[in-house]
Amino acid sequence: MMKVTQRLLGPVTLLLLALTFWMGLWVTPPDKVQGNLVRLLYVHPPIAWVALYVSFGTATIASCLYLWRRTRSDAMDRIAHCAMEISVVFIVLTLVTGSIWGRPTWGVWWAWDARLTSTAILGVFALAYLALRRANDDPTVRARRSAVFAILTAINVPIIHFSVVWWKTLHQGASVLTSTGQLNVHGSMLWTMLIGFVGFTLLFFWLLRERYRLEVSRDARVRTRVDEALATRRSEGA
Amino acid sequence: MIRVAWLVAVKDLRIEARSRVLLWQVLPFGVIALLLAGLALGPAQAGTSSAGPGLFYLVTLFVTLLMINRSQSLENAPGTRASVATLGLDPAGVFLGKALALTVELWVSGLVLLGGSVLLLHTALTGTLEALPSILVTLATLASAGTLYGALTQGGDGPATLLPVLTLPAFAPLLIAGERSFSAALHGGALWEWWVVVVVALVAYCAVGILLYGVLEES
Repeated sequence: MMKVTQRLLGPVTLLLLALTFWMGLWVTPPDKVQGNLVRLLYVHPPIAWVALYVSFGTATIASCLYLWRRTRSDAMDRIAHCAMEISVVFIVLTLVTGSIWGRPTWGVWWAWDARLTSTAILGVFALAYLALRRANDDPTVRARRSAVFAILTAINVPIIHFSVVWWKTLHQGASVLTSTGQLNVHGSMLWTMLIGFVGFTLLFFWLLRERYRLEVSRDARVRTRVDEALATRRSEGA
Repeated sequence: MIRVAWLVAVKDLRIEARSRVLLWQVLPFGVIALLLAGLALGPAQAGTSSAGPGLFYLVTLFVTLLMINRSQSLENAPGTRASVATLGLDPAGVFLGKALALTVELWVSGLVLLGGSVLLLHTALTGTLEALPSILVTLATLASAGTLYGALTQGGDGPATLLPVLTLPAFAPLLIAGERSFSAALHGGALWEWWVVVVVALVAYCAVGILLYGVLEES
């Protein structure tokens, strides 16, 4: 069952993403106010959802599990690392798609808006996490420090989420689902957006699985090289 | 925990008092940086500009980075960390002690830089005194966050260059909050809203430090 799910993950992800693009570009109507610019909103919020909540949530949970003695394992450290790497890609995509939408809407590519700025800061945090990993060669030291840093970084996520409420700057507040739980989007527009959310979430898990596999094989190769080097040394000594 | 914190803080401050790195290296650097900031604005702007609080916090950021590195390097002598580890001190106490010592050092440098700001950038003295409590709390928050991030960078490759990369995103909201409350004290505005941000951050960093500093010490 697990194997079938894993095998289907890739094709289902591609199918949902293709469906999102098809519905977003051809099926849905232009918006009354924004015109065709609204089509960008079928990908921007789902990408931001993955960047801020799914990938950072995965990295934080995996880091917490690594620091907890009962669940400490290399796998948790690898998951946190891979999720953080993917989050960098999604944060960049969030900022780029937001910027493309912002230019015709707000008149500028970049505004010093609370949400934009806090998201950019989160991107720097993610890059700093990767820099921290590269600075330590000892796997245990690297894993522990990275886990602590990931937890510290996660403090920024609720700040980004509530930034539109606390500071009321340019970026709009919750527009799909209101604070009272009411849906503000209708018909094909809503379905396109929902499919986008599921598709991009699955894309994250697909990328995470592939990146994790790569990391496991890389670790195995390093271990083999170390073993070979030790064997060569021993044979030289003998 | 409190006793260990007190011992560590006194130890760090004694080393600082004897080595006088803060007095002869960090403070002159801070004053020079403030002077350069004034020169960058130009003689006409420096005296009338509202950039005083921002420049004060920018220079404070540089000083804080230097002091964090200094604070962490106190245990860098060969065998010192291992010796400290064998004492079995409570890591939460060690964190609080190092943060407390760094807070005192930042308060000293902050007071000197505020004097420089009043003198060189003509920041209003009454407004500066009104902002003083919020500045002291912001510096304490920077110290607690800096102690935590400083411990993350020790022992790896290039801790001096890695530290700004790790701390700047974390310091950004603190510096913005500090600058806004300083500006509010000078020119009027919502002082308390930014105070709350800084105090919440101080409590959060102290809590995380108490909980997780042991993990960093182990590594």
